[in-house]
Amino acid sequence: MNALRPLDALLHAALLLVLPPLLPGVVARVKAIVAGRRGPPLLQPYRDLARLVRKGAVYGEGTSWVFRAGPVISLATALAAGLLLPLHARVAPLLFPGDVVAFAALLGLGRFFTVAAALDTGSAFEGMGASREASFGALAEPVLLLVLTLLCVAVGQAGFSEVLEPGKADAAVFTHPVLVVAAAALFVVLLSENSRIPVDDPNTHLELTMIHEVMVLDHSGPDLAFIEYGAAVKLFLFAALLTHLVLPFPAGGPAGAGVLLAGTLAVAVAVGLVESLMARLPLRRVPQLLMSAGALAALGLAVILQRGP
Amino acid sequence: MIVCLAAVGLALASALAAAALSRFERLAFRAGTLGVLAACAIAFAGALLALLGGEARTEPLPWELPFGAVVVGIDPLSAFFVLCASAVSFLAALHGLRSCDPARGGGLRRAARFAALSALTVAALLAVPLARDGILFLVAWEGMTIASWLLVGHDEERPAARRAAMTYLIASHAGAAALYVLFALLARHAGGYGFEAIGGWAARAGPGAAGVAGTAFALAVAGFGTKAAFFPLHLWAPDAYPAAPAPAAAILSGALSKMGIYGIARVLLLLVPAGAAPAPWWGVLLLLVGAATAVAGALNALARRDLPRLVAYSSVENLGIVALGLGLGLLGRAAGLPLVAYLGFAGALLHVLNHGLMKSLLFLLAGDVTAAAGTRTLDRMGGLARRLPGTAAAFLVGAVAISGLPPGNGFVSEWMIVTAGLRGAGALPPGLAAAAVLAVVALALAGGLAGAAFVKAYGTAFLGQPRAEPGAAARDPGGAARAAVWLAAGLCVLLGVAPALAVVLPGRAAAALAGAGPEIAAQATGFGRVTLLAAILLALAATLFWLRARLLRGRDVRRGPVWGCGYEALSPRVQYTATGFPEPLTGPLGAAVPRSVDRAGPDGYFPGAAHYHDRMADAAGERVVVPLVRRFVAALGRVRVFQAGRLQLYLLYVLATLVLLLAWELVISP
Repeated sequence: MNALRPLDALLHAALLLVLPPLLPGVVARVKAIVAGRRGPPLLQPYRDLARLVRKGAVYGEGTSWVFRAGPVISLATALAAGLLLPLHARVAPLLFPGDVVAFAALLGLGRFFTVAAALDTGSAFEGMGASREASFGALAEPVLLLVLTLLCVAVGQAGFSEVLEPGKADAAVFTHPVLVVAAAALFVVLLSENSRIPVDDPNTHLELTMIHEVMVLDHSGPDLAFIEYGAAVKLFLFAALLTHLVLPFPAGGPAGAGVLLAGTLAVAVAVGLVESLMARLPLRRVPQLLMSAGALAALGLAVILQRGP
Repeated sequence: MIVCLAAVGLALASALAAAALSRFERLAFRAGTLGVLAACAIAFAGALLALLGGEARTEPLPWELPFGAVVVGIDPLSAFFVLCASAVSFLAALHGLRSCDPARGGGLRRAARFAALSALTVAALLAVPLARDGILFLVAWEGMTIASWLLVGHDEERPAARRAAMTYLIASHAGAAALYVLFALLARHAGGYGFEAIGGWAARAGPGAAGVAGTAFALAVAGFGTKAAFFPLHLWAPDAYPAAPAPAAAILSGALSKMGIYGIARVLLLLVPAGAAPAPWWGVLLLLVGAATAVAGALNALARRDLPRLVAYSSVENLGIVALGLGLGLLGRAAGLPLVAYLGFAGALLHVLNHGLMKSLLFLLAGDVTAAAGTRTLDRMGGLARRLPGTAAAFLVGAVAISGLPPGNGFVSEWMIVTAGLRGAGALPPGLAAAAVLAVVALALAGGLAGAAFVKAYGTAFLGQPRAEPGAAARDPGGAARAAVWLAAGLCVLLGVAPALAVVLPGRAAAALAGAGPEIAAQATGFGRVTLLAAILLALAATLFWLRARLLRGRDVRRGPVWGCGYEALSPRVQYTATGFPEPLTGPLGAAVPRSVDRAGPDGYFPGAAHYHDRMADAAGERVVVPLVRRFVAALGRVRVFQAGRLQLYLLYVLATLVLLLAWELVISP
């Protein structure tokens, strides 16, 4: 376990702060192209964020400080989780045994406050979103941890940095082919945790069908910017984790950043394709989707345990 | 040790004082409660000193017990549990000083009796970990059960409380029966009830006694597991905790049920001498029990709308998490992986402390909330944060901590247990590794469900619009109650932010359980990083708060109506309720929480009266335990023919017995 060099740590922070809004732009562009439109510019999310932070804010009547804490905590937890995950290098700035648990728990904390902020409005719509988010989040968490356990078992370690550095030269999947199922299960968790089709539709205009969007209906201005940015960071983190599973990484530096960029963009394209080609599942089927992803990861685990670490 | 014994004596004396002064209710209440506070402070100090000094000694006292001896002792495990129990009882008594005060209309008549019973419970609670003899242990154990039974049934005019107390008593004694068998079995082989004799026997007998040791372990899990409310022996808990007054519920759940964990850990220390290894199935058994307990408890907590009951089910969940930690520790020890064993045991013990703190916080707050709102049902609360801002903030701390989220203390112990699971899954042989994976998944699922349950509880009670107007007197309790709540909340945050402080407390005991030297603790790293992570998180949040304030300075910041799809006449009744909130999950996972619905109307063109009632049951109770108990009672009914109520028959029994005895003396005996 080697620590991150100072320069790489700076690069890590820069990538974590700058890259995320690119992914929703790519997703939107892919969806537009598949639908036969030209679509918005790739950098549109950056412009949206810049516009939102320049605006004032409207707060719902009767809302308390919890409503205002929601966006702040959800962004802070996403950024803090970003310090635990290796991005362009094979190690993260903050590494310790069991950091995978901290990663999942930080995302859980963000969800807790997003849901609490939604309940603070006292609106039926936001309560509906809160209920769905809390429920599906509770099911996504064990699947995420199952995938992370699979990674840990594959290399007999308990933290990201050792896990994502299996063969020094190869990606995890090449050293341990069974991790393909981990990647597949992780992709399902990515779609669910980031409110993507087939679980949620970020572009729907009907409140009754929303999950994440309906929870944040009443946020505006910088608060909405924090939420959008936090959601982009979360998508970016899952895409980075998936990239580390599938692509071989150099030890760090600009080359690593290049691999990371290529990998996360590819994940964004895949998300865009899924969003274009698939229909949404009925809400009552979402638990089944998550449970099948869990079953997939469990199958991978069974194989790897049988074979011995 | 002397200090802890003195604390037991002081608690006992204050119980007697409160009972003797019962005619002067206020005075008796003060005497009892202040005595408990002093006893807890003394016990805490004594236990802390013993822990830090690594004190381990055993001393016989010059008294006699039938079949046993009065032997007391202290070691890191005992000291740790005395520490937990005294901390929790201190917080509860501090809260009770105000919330149960008869002069302040605390809602408790017979305050003197309450104070006496609390003091008695605390005395027994502090005595149990100090006993070093099976008989003495059982005496303290039964004293604890009976005193707490009277506490559960304190509001005896409420049928629900009477019923809950009876269920608790029956369940406790069913569990205690297993303990009698356990100690009798061990004493028969060891030649005495003293713990030293039992430990010596286990060390001598070695692997030859695996059968006896296995039976003893299974008995311990059944007997102590009843007190710890392991699935499916947990049914008494969600009735008993809410029935008791809030400070008593805090003691029951935060400290008393943990004695079940102490019992299991003590039996492990006795049965598995240093250098030996337990059979792998011990760990697997605890893992299966723990996984079922954690998930069932969390799911039931999520489904409930009665606030104290929700908190009670969360206790069931957390004891399941402790069992998962113990199970992982046992697996690690069985497979010769000291780090896994240490992490599992230390995580489990630390969770005992953490859960004691956060659960006493939540039960005390639940008491404040139900008193202020005048109802226990979340569906009739809402918007209470405006009336009770301090209570709401403290509840938020407790909710985050108990959901296992950073920077709460619950995160630290769950992180240790999951890390044990991850390390174990990578290093154990396949079958056992699968059990370790099960532990990780069960913890994650239980954590997610608990998070949903507590965000629901916090959201529906404190946020949004009031669903019913609380009484005019609804405001934050002050004085000692506020001090207790903020002390507990502060400790939850402190132990979450600086876990290195907390983990030294169970360190030696966990190392002993893991069968390793205290130096194993140095291999469990990452506590500094957790502190760093919490600091980074708080700094990021503070920066973002500042950034937003900076951005919004001088701009147009308004209040506007909440979006209602264009519908402006929103009323509090359209809010999501605590019943509706978990619906997406109680659908697919509803088998665990069966619900019976009684509804009528409204129908027809001129709808008349309509009603809707639903009742949630506990699947384990409804489908397993209650039918079993029914069958058992029916079987007992057949024995009742002997007790027919006819004098002639009874005289016949006497005659038959005499004849049989005569026959024994004359014919068989020689």
